[in-house]
Amino acid sequence: MKRRKMLVRMITASLLRRRSRMLVALLAIAIGATILSGLVTIYVDVPQQMGAQFRNYGANMIFMPAEESFTDADMQESLSTISSKELVGATPYQYNTVRIHEQPILAAGTDMAAVQKTSPYWLVEGQYPAKTHEILVGKNVAESLELSVGESVTVSFTPEDKSKLDSTIDFQITGILNTGGSEEEYVYVSMEDMEELTALPAHLDIAEISVSAGSAQLQTYVDEINAGNTDISANLVKRVTASETTVLSKLQALVLLVTVIVLALTMICVATTMTAVVSERRSEIGLKKAIGASDSGIIAEFMGEGILLGGLGGILGSVVGFAFAQFVSVNVFGSYISFRLLLLPITIIVSIAVTSVACLLPIRSATSVDPALVLKGE
Amino acid sequence: MSLLEFQNVFKIYGDLHALDDVSFTVDRGEWISIMGPSGSGKSTMMNMIGCMDKPTKGNILLDGVDVAKEPAKKLTDIRRDKIGLIFQQFHLVNYLTALENVMLAQYYHSIPDEQEAMEALERVGLAERAKHLPSQLSGGEQQRVCVARALINHPEIILADEPTGNLDDANEEIVVDLFRKLHEEGTTLIVVTHDPEVGDVAQRQIVLRNGKIARQTVNQNFTGHIRFTE
Repeated sequence: MKRRKMLVRMITASLLRRRSRMLVALLAIAIGATILSGLVTIYVDVPQQMGAQFRNYGANMIFMPAEESFTDADMQESLSTISSKELVGATPYQYNTVRIHEQPILAAGTDMAAVQKTSPYWLVEGQYPAKTHEILVGKNVAESLELSVGESVTVSFTPEDKSKLDSTIDFQITGILNTGGSEEEYVYVSMEDMEELTALPAHLDIAEISVSAGSAQLQTYVDEINAGNTDISANLVKRVTASETTVLSKLQALVLLVTVIVLALTMICVATTMTAVVSERRSEIGLKKAIGASDSGIIAEFMGEGILLGGLGGILGSVVGFAFAQFVSVNVFGSYISFRLLLLPITIIVSIAVTSVACLLPIRSATSVDPALVLKGE
Repeated sequence: MSLLEFQNVFKIYGDLHALDDVSFTVDRGEWISIMGPSGSGKSTMMNMIGCMDKPTKGNILLDGVDVAKEPAKKLTDIRRDKIGLIFQQFHLVNYLTALENVMLAQYYHSIPDEQEAMEALERVGLAERAKHLPSQLSGGEQQRVCVARALINHPEIILADEPTGNLDDANEEIVVDLFRKLHEEGTTLIVVTHDPEVGDVAQRQIVLRNGKIARQTVNQNFTGHIRFTE
């Protein structure tokens, strides 16, 4: 039998036949690895998870006309710069002043499906318009004009060209918009209805873009878009991106700090456990030295046990840590995370490294055991 | 040349002379018993023969090498190569089987050989108990595993500390019988014991008192068999 095979046999026998003792050590390592793996998963996933959450607060990029207006084609060309994975939605707007019950009201032609992606916080009493000649009315407009869902309302538009007649369309009110913001002062119709009402050439006044990316990436997109299309002036919604960056960096710093503290606590916990394991085996160490074990031989045996425990604890911790991260993600962010395979070897390596470092001190003391103590029966 | 020679050995702890100018020799193949009351210096002498302690003064020649002057690492090598240890408390590794405990000594010495370890267990009559853990063995069986472990590397000296101290008469006889067989094969035996029945079996007795050799007695009726007193 090769010496290495015997070493492995001794190490596995020590772990398997001293199950209750080793289980305590394994548990200490596994708990550390679980929290480490879980926190690292959350740390890595926080920008993505929080990015998705932040997108609920509206667009973080605005396309404005470089001069007077821009077209849908301009918008689509600029949007092609943004990665499709990061692009949450893009909503075009064309604003015109219309009249309802002879009152001048601001009307926005838009894409109703896109609005729901870029402004998911909009609260609609009723439904979004789904067909032509349907209209969404802002709460303030509805209150001042005493409009309600299901009613029909006549919307008129007076062209700038006085020689032309006013155009009129009867709209069905499908919903009342409640945002708590300026959106309540508007009425919203589809882009087709707006074109039909105004008979103006197709153009856009503004576009709201929602992109799930960090501030640096967003700035890169803005720069690229501004360099690529002279009709569009892309801008970041500083209020949103700046607060996103601040919250994200603070959250990540917090998770990182907790991870480091947990790592340190794990090391202390494992070191304490290994110290207890070593001290209760002093007579065994003394015996081994008495029958000829060298210091390096003793170190190899205990380090072997530590490495095996670290590896097992790492594997266990990776699996349980993922479950922990999944639990946190589902309960805090309301979404699932995918298993990061790279984290498995990293957790195992860190567990082994932490256990090895934690074992060093007790093992060093183990080699100082006096074999004569064994002969004295102490 | 003697296998072991103590030359004016002193071991002094403060005012206490644990060994006080001790000189004796042990020839190759000899069976010696070291006896004496508690505190007489038996353990100190045992530690020095076993290369686990050094004298304050004097020389200890083991197979021609003065172990009193060797560094600790070298002493470990000498102990591993030349001495087989047997303890009163057995001191088997509790998570290794009887067979693995014997192989452990091979592992530290050279290359583990399962077949050879099994033969050593057969020799002490424990082949059938090879796969048992120490906790599954009786005291006598554990001591026989300890003997198998001590002899597996064919040491120059078997050094036994109270080898029958925890055994009943039947197992005491088995262990002494094993010693006799080892002696017949030419192994040098040094047995430290309180037990006069075990001490009397040896070819020569060294009796210690207050760190000095009180007397040395040669057993004229040496047979290697234990004679129990009523």
